[in-house]
Amino acid sequence: MDHLVFDIVLAALIVGVAAWTNVARDTLAAVIAFVACGLLLALVWVRLVAPDVALTEAALGSGLTGGLLLGASLRVRRTGTPAAAEQPSTSLRVAAAGMCIAVTAGLAGIVLLLPEPAPTLAASALANMAATGLGNPVTAVLMAYRAIDTLLEVVVLLFALLGVWSLAPDRVWGGFPGPRHRPDPDKPLAFVAQLLVPVGILVGIHIFWIGSVAPGGEFQGATILAAMWILTMLAGLVGAPAVSRRWLRFLLVGGPAVFVAIGLVGFAAAGAFLAYPKDYAKLMILSIEVPLTLSIAGMLALLVAGPPERTLQR
Amino acid sequence: MSLALDALTIGAVCAGAFFFMAGTVGLLRFPDTLSRLHALTKADNLGLGLIVLGLLFQAEAPFLALKLVGVWLLGLLAGATVAQLIAQAVQRGRLHE
Repeated sequence: MDHLVFDIVLAALIVGVAAWTNVARDTLAAVIAFVACGLLLALVWVRLVAPDVALTEAALGSGLTGGLLLGASLRVRRTGTPAAAEQPSTSLRVAAAGMCIAVTAGLAGIVLLLPEPAPTLAASALANMAATGLGNPVTAVLMAYRAIDTLLEVVVLLFALLGVWSLAPDRVWGGFPGPRHRPDPDKPLAFVAQLLVPVGILVGIHIFWIGSVAPGGEFQGATILAAMWILTMLAGLVGAPAVSRRWLRFLLVGGPAVFVAIGLVGFAAAGAFLAYPKDYAKLMILSIEVPLTLSIAGMLALLVAGPPERTLQR
Repeated sequence: MSLALDALTIGAVCAGAFFFMAGTVGLLRFPDTLSRLHALTKADNLGLGLIVLGLLFQAEAPFLALKLVGVWLLGLLAGATVAQLIAQAVQRGRLHE
């Protein structure tokens, strides 16, 4: 009961910011409101005692998605797309609103009609955790019980990156993504990149590593690592790598490839795809997670960097 | 003892909240971007610092206190950098008003 007032204010704030995101006329303002909405949602997850989801929402849902939308809105401005394209027809907007209301009403209905107590697998997830060698039930679900879902998520991310790359015209295919950011030692961005990146890399690795026993994990850690890479690219300290670089391709494919390989080992060692033999579960999960974190960090950073815009020859 | 710590916490956090409010009023009422930035960064840095100070009195372990101070320092760094970047954009005429 102590937190009732806080919860009500938080919920009202989220509805308000969400409404503002929809009615804002300027895409940039809408994106900024979207990021704020995501951070408030992360607070809701903290209130629901789901710190893993809160971390993911703050890092991926709000931070990285916000970065992608920011880049998209700037690109739309630069090309000077006519206002008509930004203002869809009334019937389309009514249809979109109708669908959104249907989804929201459906979700609300499901939550309100849940039997008491709600059906849950939490008890069996906790009971079998010892077999995985992990101390965080969320990581146990993501890397052991439902590892196939995680594998498919990463593959989807890889396809998304290929989709972004394929937007490049033939002339620049295999070239460098995004505009060139010139280094300038006096700029505050270069200063903050030099100061923050070592700290950020440490925090990213910590969040990934702690995921086996506490809230954290490879997606959250990888997002922080990706953010640090993006920061150094924006500050002009390192150039974005050409998308045809072999080491880059290996970095991106490495994680999913190791995941599939260890999944296949499961057939021989434990009788099923992605099954881990009894005493080696933790070791196998870790050998998937390390290359996977690096791959996800690469994918996320290159998603933000965008399609190739500059040719290899200059 | 714990009553005194609680009182210190309440005092510091309320002072922090006051600075946040002052900064927000400045953001809404000041006439141009540079003075709005001034209000926002100065007040927010001090406000966040006071809130962290208030929470330090409640920290159970020294490591936790260190983490809180780390959060404040990172907040300072981010706020100062963003203020500089926006101010540069204003000077180059890429932002209006």
